[in-house]
Amino acid sequence: MIGTDLTVILPELVLALYAMAALLWGAFRGKDAEAPLLFWLTPLVMAGLGLWIALEPQATASAFHGGFVSDTFARFSKVVVLFSAAVVLLMSADYLKRNKLLQFEFPILIALSVTGMMMMISAGDLMSLYMGLELQSLALYVIAAFRRDSARSTEAGLKYFVLGALSSGILLYGASLIYGYAGTTSFAGILAAAKGEAHLSLGLLIGLVFMIVGMAFKVSSVPFHMWTPDVYEGSPTPVTAFFATAPKVAAMAMIARLLFDAFGTATGDWTQIIALLSFLSMVLGAFAGIGQKDIKRLMAYSSIGHMGYAFLGLTAGTAAGVQATLIYMVVYVTMNVGVFAFILNMERDGQPVTEISALNMYSEVEPLRAAALMVLMFSLAGVPPLVGFFAKLFVIQAALNAGWVWLSVAAMLASVVAAYYYLRIIYLMYFGEKQAPLDGSMPAIHWAALMVAAFFMLAGVVSMFGVDTWAGAAAASLLN
Amino acid sequence: MDGLLRAYLPVLVFLGLAIIIGAVLLLAAVVVAVRHPDAEKISAYECGFNAFDDARMKFDVRFYLVSILFIIFDLEVAFLFPWAVAFKDVGPLGFWSMLVFLAVLTVGFSYEWKKGALEWE
Repeated sequence: MIGTDLTVILPELVLALYAMAALLWGAFRGKDAEAPLLFWLTPLVMAGLGLWIALEPQATASAFHGGFVSDTFARFSKVVVLFSAAVVLLMSADYLKRNKLLQFEFPILIALSVTGMMMMISAGDLMSLYMGLELQSLALYVIAAFRRDSARSTEAGLKYFVLGALSSGILLYGASLIYGYAGTTSFAGILAAAKGEAHLSLGLLIGLVFMIVGMAFKVSSVPFHMWTPDVYEGSPTPVTAFFATAPKVAAMAMIARLLFDAFGTATGDWTQIIALLSFLSMVLGAFAGIGQKDIKRLMAYSSIGHMGYAFLGLTAGTAAGVQATLIYMVVYVTMNVGVFAFILNMERDGQPVTEISALNMYSEVEPLRAAALMVLMFSLAGVPPLVGFFAKLFVIQAALNAGWVWLSVAAMLASVVAAYYYLRIIYLMYFGEKQAPLDGSMPAIHWAALMVAAFFMLAGVVSMFGVDTWAGAAAASLLN
Repeated sequence: MDGLLRAYLPVLVFLGLAIIIGAVLLLAAVVVAVRHPDAEKISAYECGFNAFDDARMKFDVRFYLVSILFIIFDLEVAFLFPWAVAFKDVGPLGFWSMLVFLAVLTVGFSYEWKKGALEWE
């Protein structure tokens, strides 16, 4: 019995054991000078696990009395999380080294938080959901404050911690209400308890709203987004890159899992909340980004807006909607990895620069990199021939087919407004004023990440490399 | 009519919660933060005479470290008690689960030991 359970969670087990082994190695043998080994080994382990999960043909399995579910949806999200975390970790070594932050704890913390994310994605029970969420969050609080001697980094860590603790409290309160009214913490049990009535009972409903609020904090959705710009700006850039990618995918998958697995019978009740979250995020992300001067803050507002579009797919409450959300998350992560590969190397005289104005006439300094960034910016804005456009198209289509006309119109209008700040970066790079150029050279990994991300944005129009069909299978496995 | 209104209850509850959280966070800043700070306003209050020195004195981080480490291992013991009381009922699965838990804790313990967190000087 326990043997089969363990085989189901084997990937998580391997990653957790690896993290502990690496911690022991680091404590007993490793000096921080030997840390680069872990910066290579950890992404390798994560990418290996990602390949393993992707290639292993496996039917839907559950372990620990339904507390852990491994289906196509979970595997899809895990692969995205593992690969994006691996790439971001590979890219962070160089930046951390230049800023004298190269400590062996960093990759271990990332590995632990990824373990938590995999747990969140596969949660089939409120307990395992919370356990995964906390494992992920605790590791993230620490790396937000990774630059201990910088007031801004510690401020970012503290803000993230306080608001994260608040949101965890709200989420737990909701979970306790749901447990009280459903009599069980397992998603299947909650689904059975909610079945047969036109609306959720008041207790379950309030519990659900509290849980959605707690999780909206984690994906930084308006009106629970206040921590995002400050944390993005204050954290060291590799940490910001990490925040913008893997945890977002995991939290979105967790929300979808909870809504469909535990409250799949009450779609009408939660779609209106998700619709509101989606609307507010898209609009605020679009308007608040306009005045930003710091590119990390800009990316924070950009990610708030993009979470709104990802929610748009969930609003539909259909398999097509979940598929659109999953595709959107993959595209979003790819674009962000590429953009952050660029931001990580914005330097002048050996000092990291984050002002947007530093990009003035960048096309004359590094034409190829500027072109790649231009493609990514167009894609983020959702300009037609690029993949970013199709990702938006899918979510809007899904919402339209489910009857959300006003929301779809709002989504299109918001994307027009948001296009301003993406296009401004392109404008500055190509038609800006001349000034002291950025001189940061770019390591091969970053260069490859930037170019590959830009390439996908172009090539994805022809073929999504199977991502769309796999996302469809994942959505189907979540909804049955 | 009632049915129509009932259909929008979720979003009403959500709005209520969102407004409360937003208002609390904003009001907390208004109430707690010092507005237009000047030297007098932010200095420590002493009755009748000027403050001798800053109320926020430097405090050796080692004290925090020891207390945090204490809390971790204190909690661990709190887990051990119910396990020990129910030892006959939890069976081999419960026994091995606790051993795994202790093993994970030992990893953390050896890390803090090697890192020098337990040394005072």
